[in-house]
Amino acid sequence: MSSPANTTTADAPEFYEIVAHDHPAHASTQIGFWIYLMSDCLIFASLFAIYGVLGGSFAAGPSPEHLFNLPLVAVSTTALLLSSITYGFAMLDMDEGKQKSTLIWLSITGLLGAVFLGLTLYEFYHMIQEGAVPQRSAFLSAFFVLVGTHALHVTFGILWLITLVAQISMKGLIPANKIRVQCLSMFWHFLDVIWIGVFTVVYLMGMLR
Amino acid sequence: MTNEFWSFIFGRLTWDVLPLHEPIVVVTFIVVAIAGLAVVGAITYFKLWGYLWKEWFTSVDHKKVGIMYMVLGLVMLLRGFADALMMRLQQAIAFNGSEGYLNAHHYDQLFSVHGVIMIFFVAMPLITGFMNYIVPLQIGARDVSFPFLNNFSFWMTASGAVLVMASLFIGEFAQTGWLAFPPLSGIEHSPASGVDYYIWALQIAGVGTTLSGVNLIATIIKMRAPGMTLMKMPVFTWTSLCTNVLIVASFPILTAVLTLLALDRYVGTNFFTSDFGGNPMMYVNLIWIWGHPEVYILILPAFGIFSEVASTFSGKRLFGYTSMVYATVVITVLSYLVWLHHFFTMGSGASVNSFFGITTMIISIPTGAKIFNWLFTMYKGRIRFELPMMWLIAFMLTFTIGGMTGVLLAVPPADFVLHNSLFLVAHFHNVIIGGVLFGIFAGINYWWPKAFGYKLNQFWGKISFWLWNVGFWLAFGPLYVLGLMGVTRRLRTFDDPSLQIWFIIAGIGALVIAGGIGAMIIQFTVSIMSKNKEWDTTGDPWNGRTLEWATSSPPPQYNFAFTPIIHDGDAWADMKARNAQRPVTGYMDIHMPRNTGTGIILAGLSVVLGFALIWYMWWLVILSFVAIIGAAIMHTFNYDRDYYIPIEAVAEVEDERTRLLSGAR
Repeated sequence: MSSPANTTTADAPEFYEIVAHDHPAHASTQIGFWIYLMSDCLIFASLFAIYGVLGGSFAAGPSPEHLFNLPLVAVSTTALLLSSITYGFAMLDMDEGKQKSTLIWLSITGLLGAVFLGLTLYEFYHMIQEGAVPQRSAFLSAFFVLVGTHALHVTFGILWLITLVAQISMKGLIPANKIRVQCLSMFWHFLDVIWIGVFTVVYLMGMLR
Repeated sequence: MTNEFWSFIFGRLTWDVLPLHEPIVVVTFIVVAIAGLAVVGAITYFKLWGYLWKEWFTSVDHKKVGIMYMVLGLVMLLRGFADALMMRLQQAIAFNGSEGYLNAHHYDQLFSVHGVIMIFFVAMPLITGFMNYIVPLQIGARDVSFPFLNNFSFWMTASGAVLVMASLFIGEFAQTGWLAFPPLSGIEHSPASGVDYYIWALQIAGVGTTLSGVNLIATIIKMRAPGMTLMKMPVFTWTSLCTNVLIVASFPILTAVLTLLALDRYVGTNFFTSDFGGNPMMYVNLIWIWGHPEVYILILPAFGIFSEVASTFSGKRLFGYTSMVYATVVITVLSYLVWLHHFFTMGSGASVNSFFGITTMIISIPTGAKIFNWLFTMYKGRIRFELPMMWLIAFMLTFTIGGMTGVLLAVPPADFVLHNSLFLVAHFHNVIIGGVLFGIFAGINYWWPKAFGYKLNQFWGKISFWLWNVGFWLAFGPLYVLGLMGVTRRLRTFDDPSLQIWFIIAGIGALVIAGGIGAMIIQFTVSIMSKNKEWDTTGDPWNGRTLEWATSSPPPQYNFAFTPIIHDGDAWADMKARNAQRPVTGYMDIHMPRNTGTGIILAGLSVVLGFALIWYMWWLVILSFVAIIGAAIMHTFNYDRDYYIPIEAVAEVEDERTRLLSGAR
């Protein structure tokens, strides 16, 4: 940092960095991904707003207390929240450079995500069987799209996770892979937070209505 | 082969959707096809495809991406303006029982596509182009944070433009106005392909815009040169930061609301329908929660350009830098609190309307502070009336009037009278042309020498300037008058013959603006072709004050061989004043990102996906969607994304600059 090459007097300020210093790779990746997550959060915010306005428009069709199966939702919520913990274990092992257990914890996370996804699809199937289709009322449109968008995100998360597991197996825990695991971690926890909102606003408050 | 087979392959795309019965469209198609073939032929003849692919299409250099955005914006400006001329002609002649020369189906598409193109594919690419080109230079960085993402964002924007252009010849565009309000835009009232073109063009372009917003925020936060604290950032960078915050915080809402509209149309959900509990006003609310910040997304960078121009051409530090920054931030926040003023007539009651009327009026305070700051910057300055400065003065006069009519519209009772009238049309053209477009023109004249190494021709620039200014007032002055007389917007024919004279004047104004655009094209052509150009060997042709002028014109690929250290807000003016010496030895290898074709491939697949969705070709929807996901995942398996420019190459470029600099002095 200190070189007299471009200064005329000893106390004059320097105007150029003469000595090279390392620009850390991926320095912007985390904040960039975080900003992206915030934009994604706004998509959910819009869908929550839609649900808030249209959630009571049953159009003489079925309402939450006829449709929701709270024990089922409790199981799927547990699976999703557990998957956040297992992801945390994967992160801890990654920090210690334990590739194998990182991969194991990541795989468990993916399986728990798949359980959540399966239960959501089962719930959708069940509702559609009863005639509670998205076209039936504005409430059902808003419900399917809010919960469905979350499920779609989980699907992409699982796809990403599978890709990452393959990449870590191929290349190991190199910095480029570590930053990806960290980004997916943010994404995964973000989906958990969104789900807590969905669980509260849609299911709990829906049953209280 | 049976019909079922063909409708499986082509969905609802049949020969009938080609607008062969519309002679105007057919002639346009022939002209566009001939011109397109000529361009393709010329590129092939001169063997430029390889060059374009390697040096431009796949380039991740923020400067080249920026220039590609500018080219896209200027090309689309010609299309959007052609639509405007056609509307003006129609309204000027459709009197006394005449139907004019455009049928309703065509005319309704024209006003819709004009708005969509001018906002999404002219104004947005042009300001994004400036932000891409200038921001990394102003903060002393070598590129943006995510160079590949930048290239991808550009191509997604271009893909949206391709879909809009395709709608001219295959099927139709929306006939709903530029925001496609339901229930009109619902499947029942708009069953054809128009609204679907609208939805998917904007969705694809919106992905690009959002990602470019993320990219530029990360760049400005993380990649500023050492010493550049937030309050030492150039004002253009500040306005870019605020604009990109607005982009990231508003475009997701557009994405969400258009997705819901698409679901209503494709799946039959009931978000915005009139029955089964749907609520069309929810769409109007949500789309304006995006739409109002959008107008500040466009104007803030223009304010930034004018701030740079004002201080450079007055030879002074910008007056009230701090207040300028705070004004920008206040506008950023307030832009989210005013959306309802677009539909006071919804009937939300006096209290709600008052709230939104007052917040709207409050926005004029920071904006007014900016106008005074520019005036005080000029006060006692050594003003040079170069082209950018002329655009600044034209902007201050024009924009202030547009702003005042805006405050008038912010008064709810007045708005009830003027809602949906030509007064509104005149108002927003007054601020968008007089603000955004004039800012873009100032910026083009100001930064052209930086990008290409020579100044633009002054003579044709001045002709263009005067034609634009005179033409603007001739075209939109009459619309204010007509609006006050109660004429509503989007009318195709008129009954009252006394109104015709105003429409004829407006039509003449549009022709004068056409002259202004023509003069601008001549200005570019003359400047590019001229043999005795005003070459800029110093890299600092205007005696600039910010860091982009510290580089050569055009800047080398890596921008700065040595990262500058910042001590003052006007970093380059400070360096010149204190006689900072540019280092001429001790170069190092420079770490740079590698070009990639993934961006253009993904964007091309997105065009296919959009087209397939519009025409219900479900097999192609699935195929192209899987291909997009596959190509994106493939891209993540490529870890070899960067390389080093060797010392020798850096030294060669820098020595050439040293030679030019010594020759110039």
